[in-house]
Amino acid sequence: MSGLRTPAGGRVDRGRPLRFTFDGRAYTGFAGDTLASALLAHGVHLVGRSFKYHRPRGIVAAGSEEPNALVTVARDAARRTPNVRATQVELYDGLVAESQNRWPNLSFDVGAINNLLSPLIPAGFYNKTFMWPRKAWFALYEPQIRAAAGFGVAPAHADPDRYAQRFAHCDVLVVGAGPAGLAAALTAAAAGARVLLCDEQAEFGGALLDEHDAVIDGAPVAAWLAATVATLRTNPRVTLLPRTTAFGYFPHNNIGLAERVTDHLADPTPTQPRERLWQVRAREVVLAAGAIERPLVFPGNDRPGVMLASAARSYLHRYGVKVGTRAVVAAGCDAAFQAAVELAAAGVTIAVIADVRAPGSPPGPAEAAARAAGLAIEASATVLGASGRLRVAGVTLGRVGTDGSVTPGARHACDVLLMSGGYTPSVHLHSQSRGKLAFDETLGAFVPGAAAERTRSAGLARGAHGLATALDDGAAAGLAAAAASGHRGDSGPRHAVRALDGGVAGRAGALPQPAGPLPPAKAFVDFQHDVTTRDLALARREGFEAIEHIKRYTTTGMATDQGKTSGLNALGYVADESARAIPDVGLTTFRMPYTPVTFGLFAGVARGDLFDPVRRTPSHDWASARGAVFEDVGMWKRARFFPATGEDLHAAVDRECLAVRHRVGMFDASTLGKIEVVGKDAATFLNRLYVNNWANLGINRSRYGILLRDDGFVYDDGVIARLADDRFHVTTTTGGAARVFAMMEDYIQTEWTDLSVWITSTTEQWAVVAVQGPRARDVLAKLVTDVDLAPAALPHMAVARGRICGVPMLLFRVSFSGELGFEVNVAADYGAEVWAAIHAAGQEHGITPYGTEAMHVLRAEKGYIIVGQDTDGTMTPDDAAVAWAIGKTKPDFVGKRSLERATMKAAGRKQLVGLETVDPGIVLEEGAQVVAAPGQTPPMKMIGHVTSSYHSASLGRSIALGVVAGGRARLGETLYVPMPAGDIAVKVVGPVFYDREGARLNG
Amino acid sequence: MLIIDCPYCGPRPELEFAHGGQAHVVRPADPSKSSDDEWTEYLYLRLNTRGVYAERWRHARGCGRFFNALRDTTTDHFLATYRAGERPPTVAAPRSAP
Amino acid sequence: MAESLKRTPPRVAAHRWLEPLPAATRFSLRGGPAARAAASRAFGVELPEQACRAATAGGRAALWLGPDEQLLIAPEVDAAAASGALGAALADIPHALVDISHRQVALGLEGPHAVWLLAHGCPLDLDLAQFPVGMCTRTVYLKAEVLLWRTAEDRVRIEVWRSFADYVVAQLEETALELPA
Repeated sequence: MSGLRTPAGGRVDRGRPLRFTFDGRAYTGFAGDTLASALLAHGVHLVGRSFKYHRPRGIVAAGSEEPNALVTVARDAARRTPNVRATQVELYDGLVAESQNRWPNLSFDVGAINNLLSPLIPAGFYNKTFMWPRKAWFALYEPQIRAAAGFGVAPAHADPDRYAQRFAHCDVLVVGAGPAGLAAALTAAAAGARVLLCDEQAEFGGALLDEHDAVIDGAPVAAWLAATVATLRTNPRVTLLPRTTAFGYFPHNNIGLAERVTDHLADPTPTQPRERLWQVRAREVVLAAGAIERPLVFPGNDRPGVMLASAARSYLHRYGVKVGTRAVVAAGCDAAFQAAVELAAAGVTIAVIADVRAPGSPPGPAEAAARAAGLAIEASATVLGASGRLRVAGVTLGRVGTDGSVTPGARHACDVLLMSGGYTPSVHLHSQSRGKLAFDETLGAFVPGAAAERTRSAGLARGAHGLATALDDGAAAGLAAAAASGHRGDSGPRHAVRALDGGVAGRAGALPQPAGPLPPAKAFVDFQHDVTTRDLALARREGFEAIEHIKRYTTTGMATDQGKTSGLNALGYVADESARAIPDVGLTTFRMPYTPVTFGLFAGVARGDLFDPVRRTPSHDWASARGAVFEDVGMWKRARFFPATGEDLHAAVDRECLAVRHRVGMFDASTLGKIEVVGKDAATFLNRLYVNNWANLGINRSRYGILLRDDGFVYDDGVIARLADDRFHVTTTTGGAARVFAMMEDYIQTEWTDLSVWITSTTEQWAVVAVQGPRARDVLAKLVTDVDLAPAALPHMAVARGRICGVPMLLFRVSFSGELGFEVNVAADYGAEVWAAIHAAGQEHGITPYGTEAMHVLRAEKGYIIVGQDTDGTMTPDDAAVAWAIGKTKPDFVGKRSLERATMKAAGRKQLVGLETVDPGIVLEEGAQVVAAPGQTPPMKMIGHVTSSYHSASLGRSIALGVVAGGRARLGETLYVPMPAGDIAVKVVGPVFYDREGARLNG
Repeated sequence: MLIIDCPYCGPRPELEFAHGGQAHVVRPADPSKSSDDEWTEYLYLRLNTRGVYAERWRHARGCGRFFNALRDTTTDHFLATYRAGERPPTVAAPRSAP
Repeated sequence: MAESLKRTPPRVAAHRWLEPLPAATRFSLRGGPAARAAASRAFGVELPEQACRAATAGGRAALWLGPDEQLLIAPEVDAAAASGALGAALADIPHALVDISHRQVALGLEGPHAVWLLAHGCPLDLDLAQFPVGMCTRTVYLKAEVLLWRTAEDRVRIEVWRSFADYVVAQLEETALELPA
């Protein structure tokens, strides 16, 4: 390797070398490396091009806050994941990674012309430039902008991976397994609480992983960490979730976790999900997410090789990688001095430490250590620029006078520039939970304020700085959380710690620059969105003062950064420029997810065959075996038609319809909703609910019922049978079953509590076979016992109980086809066999199974409406031509009062009519509009539309139902259906096309 | 996802519930006596409260019961749940945490 | 016509963690305390008054589903006897007794992973302390409504409407892929 790997130390396994490629070039790393650490070990800093200007970019951070190093990891054509942070990609043998946003390659990128053109594309450029003509947006601007912008390429194939999901419950959820989080989990678990501890990193430890010589409770930090994790792991009440990001804080302590299960494995087993969504419900939450180091804002701060000082420490101590050989350290906070000291000890030359802390900053322990180590420190410094194109080559410092004036200083050659602007507590989840934020003047950053949920922050996430402080703060938080969830425990002794604890207070905004206009070199505030101080200044010049406006105008802090690295610097810059304090500038909202989450995670198992329940009726297998074509009706699979060999839909439907009209057909009506209404007030209840009169319905008789909502519009319909004085069998539409049931419960429970009535859903208790056609009785006669099927004994709309195939049957003499018809109800476990038995018995009569398509044609020939197809939620019974069903003498029913409103009776309402095309061969399109006169051009007055339209084999022509303004007064008129190919002339007729007298029903 | 305290079953996840709109809207005993305006108000006019709001829920995938709740619409915190037909309880000012 | 067809409930694949339970007789009983008292005597099981609890006796069970709703479960062969006894005992008491034997099917989830499998799609806390043996409730399992009844520490009886059984089982099978072999 390049000599940048330290000879020993770190948490990588030097006995397990791993091969990987980046942009096609082969490298090696070690188990425990991230892609970023492995590349840095080879001296590779340049890993990507920026979003807008295509500037060369390097690795800035070591954690999930990385704004630049977004790469594509490709396992195969379908498993290409764009925009993953190289700092979070765990190395496995054979890993293939590619840089993004560059063409033809990373070192030479044509798109970098944008950088030269940058004066022409400031913030708001798109909004200002691509305004007119409007059509060009779709044809020209948007496709071009989309092609030029954006990161990565989505895979072309469907995602072949599995994604799992779980609901989990705990007393205490601890987010973040750094010192505070581990201490919290320890005390909460010791108190007996059910604890769930998650951390986005592969290993627990957080900031402890970046320490090398700290001592906790007498043990070296690594040993303490191992012992602590072991203690937690052996506790059955504790669930440990590494590689798991708490990405969203939802109401009532519902936290979304994204667990990455297999992304780190070279060879995942197919039974493992790639990721798992955890929906955690926690009684109490401890947020110990730590803090993120802020970049400094100075010209050229985005050069590859310019990185966070904490990241350099992390790469050194955790991965055994020196990020460079000669470093300039720009210390905006005390902790940066610690990085300088430790890198120097590892053999990195420290060219100079530029002390860029705010004037008057108190001395810190790390600064003292640097002085003791004899490192060169330039006081009252600032950074005027960084040079080098694909890698930083030098840094020009300046000196800040006591009056704030800046004088240029020396240029220092280097191959890495380490910067620190101080630490920003990760308040994202606290803020997502609607908790307040408070500005900590000492820290110079926002910390969690009053909580809105049962949550508390601990450790550096709330500004509690220093290892001992973080441990004790975490322990106290864990204890308090456990107690609040009903588990009291002891805090135990305070943790004894020996650590350097560099200070974390820093500065926000841009580093001081010489007076005058901004230098031409860009100083980036938001690396990921290429937002510079110049953009923020422009936004202010154009009148944007509110930070929410500035954010949207410049896009600073948007997308995946969510203010992690950019937020406070943007605020600080605006505050400085407008001479306001940071808290007075305001805050933008932290939005979920904390880091990007895959679509797969949210889709979970709801994909393909498992997307929705597929509900099948008892006859399904029979129909399927005979080649039935099914359609989805809600979640149900219903046989749509039963094609004979060589038949298409139309041929099959014609044959099925003719069979019903001339012989006999059978149809599976099992999906109709069924509700048993029982109680001494059952009839009264239905009288109040449905428009019809039920009091005079005899036992063993049925009636077509119409249900309105109280707004007077048709809501559902169905046949209702009276089985006993106090028992009704109500049928509903297939799609309406659940909502009618809920509506009934509503009225029973909350409006008519005086009634003694209960309801029970029996939809799935019964399998229903409709046997329809002139020979229906002959077929059933062979199978039915205990029922007299003769017309006089069982007339139209009569109901009988008997047996079929020896099992109990509820038999309805009803028809939705207009023919002699029966509906056989048997308990569902008998449904398949009874269906088959009826089919067998009907062979000599030519019985024909028919599907929903033929059912639709047959009912349309009779003018029977389908609620939801011929009605649309704005139709009264009169509009739908079913006003005859209304019980005229009833004082009230649901919807009655609304029917009395003037608009509900106004002339010109759309009414259901039949529409007959003048050319009988034309089948209208359902949904097509109806107009009064031909030859119009849009916009034209639409007076109605087609609701149902079919070819009728029985009539040898097309038929249609539609709703037309004042339709019943237009009978005989010719209207027009304008279509792209021309107007189609239609005659308005009554809605009944077949057997207008209804004689066939009574056969 | 909210946690809703069903007066019959105890605290349950929102997935089991169906929202039922504003509570204590009483259907006129004899709608024919309502004026058009009164009927319109009954049908359509609802509060849009910022703060404590009385609303109906049904434990649709649980015990099936309708009940009422007082919820602070600014925080989504429930202050009380109570059975249908009961008067809303007197509650203290909304707390900051549930 | 020959007597009588045998019940053929929806087929459910057996797994080491899933036992398809036999066809049963089921009644929905809705009504007040008087109905419950009469039904307790007729059915031979003290109908639970406590919310979300089940009671069993003599191979029969009564499950509290709502303040006015109980699910009565008996072996398939008890259908006529139970129906007759309940009908007679409840004749003069306001109630609704509806046969729903065929409406749903029963799945026996068993073994150390029973609850783990359910947590894939059920949002309830199934920890033994929160969902003890004897507890029963309607709830959701992903997009299906189910009735869960914990009959032992490591056994849960799932009752689900018949057309949703395939979906529930398929989702459990999907989750079970992760179980150790």
